[in-house]
Amino acid sequence: MFEYAPAPESRDVVDIQPSYGLFIDGEFADGTGKSFKTINPASEEVLAEVATASEEDVDRAVRAARKAFGTWSAMPGSERAKYIFRIARIIQERSRELAVLESLDNGKPIRESRDVDLPLVAAHFFYYAGWADKLGYAGYGADPRPLGVAGQVIPWNFPLLMLAWKIAPALACGNTVVLKPAETTPLTALAFAEICRQADLPPGVVNIVTGAGETGAALVNHPDVNKVAFTGSTEVGRQIARSVAGSGKKVTLELGGKAANIVFEDAALDQAVEGIVNGIFFNQGHVCCAGSRLLVQESIATELLEALKRRLGTLRLGDPLDKNTDIGAINSAAQLARIRELSDAGEAEGAERWSPACSLPDKGFWFPPTIFTGVAQSHRIAREEVFGPVLSVLTFRTPAEAVEKANNTPFGLSAGVWTEKGSRILWVASKLRAGVVWANTFNKFDPTSPFGGYKESGYGREGGLHGLEAYLDV
Amino acid sequence: MSKTERPSRARASAELAAEGPGERAQSRDSVRLAVRKTYKLYIGGAFPRSESGRSYVVTSSKGDFLANASKASRKDARDAVTAARKAFGGWSGATPYNRGQILYRVAEMLESRRAQFVAELSESGTKKAGEVVDAAVDRLVWYAGWADKIAAVTGSTNPVAGPYFNISSPEPTGVVAVVAPDEPLLGLISVIAPVIVTGNTCVVIASERAPLPSITLAEVLATSDLPAGVVNILTGSVKEIAPWLAAHMDVNALDLTGVGDENLAITCEEAAAENLKRVFRPTGADWSADPGTRRLTAFLETKTVWHPTGA
Repeated sequence: MFEYAPAPESRDVVDIQPSYGLFIDGEFADGTGKSFKTINPASEEVLAEVATASEEDVDRAVRAARKAFGTWSAMPGSERAKYIFRIARIIQERSRELAVLESLDNGKPIRESRDVDLPLVAAHFFYYAGWADKLGYAGYGADPRPLGVAGQVIPWNFPLLMLAWKIAPALACGNTVVLKPAETTPLTALAFAEICRQADLPPGVVNIVTGAGETGAALVNHPDVNKVAFTGSTEVGRQIARSVAGSGKKVTLELGGKAANIVFEDAALDQAVEGIVNGIFFNQGHVCCAGSRLLVQESIATELLEALKRRLGTLRLGDPLDKNTDIGAINSAAQLARIRELSDAGEAEGAERWSPACSLPDKGFWFPPTIFTGVAQSHRIAREEVFGPVLSVLTFRTPAEAVEKANNTPFGLSAGVWTEKGSRILWVASKLRAGVVWANTFNKFDPTSPFGGYKESGYGREGGLHGLEAYLDV
Repeated sequence: MSKTERPSRARASAELAAEGPGERAQSRDSVRLAVRKTYKLYIGGAFPRSESGRSYVVTSSKGDFLANASKASRKDARDAVTAARKAFGGWSGATPYNRGQILYRVAEMLESRRAQFVAELSESGTKKAGEVVDAAVDRLVWYAGWADKIAAVTGSTNPVAGPYFNISSPEPTGVVAVVAPDEPLLGLISVIAPVIVTGNTCVVIASERAPLPSITLAEVLATSDLPAGVVNILTGSVKEIAPWLAAHMDVNALDLTGVGDENLAITCEEAAAENLKRVFRPTGADWSADPGTRRLTAFLETKTVWHPTGA
C-alpha cells in the first residue's frame, strides 16, 4: 500500500455556532425540551449544543406550517419552482461548506460528502423544482392537489441528502413541512434552515425541529399532520405504521434492507470486486440499501474472495476530512455497539471473520472493514441489518438458488447482480423482490430514479415521477 | 363437488323472478323437489367446507332461508393464504397478455351465467340486478384490457445523470387480503379484478350479509382457466377473519374496502403494521363510477433497474 501524506480538507469553511435553536415560522427559537450535544464521531469532540423540541414546540411548528400552507399551496407552481431553484443554487454555492459540515457531524469521508451527497442534494432540489409547475402532466389529473402539512423524520446516514429527498418533492407539490433530523446529525439541517432564509422562502413553509425519538413521535402523531414520511429502521417504521393506523394520514416509509449482491461465475471479476466494496463499505456500510450479503457462485468463490481481500487491504480508514480516506467513523457509540454485537454473534454462530490489518484511531468510533465467510442463511449476520462495514458471504450453484437465497429475507429494498450475460441479468432482475436492482453496478442514485422497497423495507417511492405521488392527494 | 354443477336453487329462483308471484312457482316446485346447492369455500381451486365444520344461515332480503353458507375459520384463512402464495409465482410470471385473456374469459363465463346471477342478486336484495350483472361483466372486460397497459402507464425510463440505462416498471405486491364490499357482485368484481390483473393473488372475504353470489362467482372463476389459488374466497364473519389476515406474515397487502366498522379497520391497520403491509382503505365507493387506476396502483411495487452503458 502506498503511503499517502495527510490531505485534510480545511474545516475553516464552516462556522459552527456553539448552540442552535429550532427553526419555526422562519425564525430560530429556543426549544422547551432539554438540549443535547452533537459530537464529531471521529474525535468525540462536541460540535454544538442543540435544542430539543418538546411536544409543545412541535405543535408550534405544525401550526406555522399549517398557516403557511394556504399561501404556499395557492402560489402558482412556477413561483414555487423559483424558490426551490434558488435553494438548489445556494446549496451548490455553499456545497464545500456543507460537505465539510456533513463529514464533521456524521463521520463520513469528505470524498463521499463532497462527491456524492452534496451533488445529489443540489440535483434533487433542481429536479423537483422543475416539477412544481408541471404537476398537471404527471398523470394525476389536470390539477393534482397537495396533502397539507408533511411531518418528516430522517436518519443520520445521509443527513442532508435525506432532507433533500423529503423536502424537495414536498415543496414542489405545494405542501409545507416540519422536518426532524436525526439527533446525532442535526447540523446540516440547521444550515439548511439558514439557506431557506437566504432564499427568502416564506416563513413556515419549512420548519426544522431537532430532538430524539420523542420529538419524532410527537411530530408523526400530531393530529394536524396530513402526511408522514420516514426513513430509518424497520422497527421504528413499524411503530409509525401502527401509531397512525386509522388516522387517514398518507404514509411513506423507507426502511431497512439486507441486500443480496449476486456474483455469477462469468462476471467481470475486477469490476465485481469494486462493486462489492462500494456496495458494503460506501459510507461505512451505513446504507439501507448496502449490499450486505454477497452471494457468489461456488465455482469462483475462492478466486473472488482472494481478490476482494486484496482490495480491502488498500482501503484507508481514518480522518473523515482527509481527502484520501475511504472509510470514516461509525456515526455513534450506540451504532458501534450494535455492529460489534452482531459481528460477535456472527463469530459465535460459526462464521469465519476476517479484516485487513488496519489500525484504528484512539479517539472516536471506528470499525474495520470486515468479511464473514461460511455464513449460513440462518445466521443473524445474514438476516439482520448490521448497518456497518460488515459483509456476509454465502455461495450458490445455480441461478435459481441465487434468487431463492437473495429473496430469503423479510426486506426488499435493493439487490445487485453481476454477470456478462444479458438474458441472465434480466431474468434475475425480474425475479428479485426488491425495489432497486443494480446490474453490474451498485449504490447508484439519481433524482430522476425512483427509490424504495418491497416487503418490510417500507412503501412508497422517493425520486422521479413516482416520488410525486407521495406528496399529492391522489 | 363438480365444478360445473348447476345450482338448482338459483335456477328455480330465476324462474321465480321471471314468473313473478312466488306461490305459483313454489307450487310448481313442489312437483319436482329442487336439488339445492351446497355453498362452500373456494380455496386453491377447490371447494372445501370450512375445516371448522361451521356454517351460518343466509337469508333473502325478505328474511327467507336461502342457504347455510360456510363460516370460515382462522385455519381456512391460513390455508387460503398458503394457496395464494403458491399461486403467486406462476400468476405473476404469466405474461400480461395471458392474464388479460383469462380475465376476459372470466367476463365471458359470467355473461353466460347472467340469468343465474340476476336471480341470486335479486334474492339478496340487489335492485336492478340485470344492470348490475351487465356492469360487472363490463368491468371485467375493462380491467382485462389493463393487463398489458398498466406498465406503460405507471412505468418510466429515467434519464439519470450518468452513463446508465435506468428503467422503472410495476410489479405485483404479492398476496393481497381483500375484504369485499357489501355489494355482492359488482363490488366484488371491482375489488378482485384490479388486484389479480396485475399479477397479485388474493384471499377475499365475501360480503357477510350476501355471500352466495361470491361462491357462484367462484364457479365462474374455476371454469375460466384462472390458475388455482389466484383467487380464494372465504365466507363467514368479517370481524372474525379479517384480523387474522391483517396479521398474517405472508400477506403483503390489505384492501379494507368492505370494512365499515371503524374499530375493526383500525385493528386491521395496526395488525398490518407488523410486516408493513400496504393498506388500501378508500373512502366512499360508487361502484357505477369510472374506477380509475387507483385500485390497480394500490397493489403494485415499482422496481427500478440500473445497468451501465458503454461499448
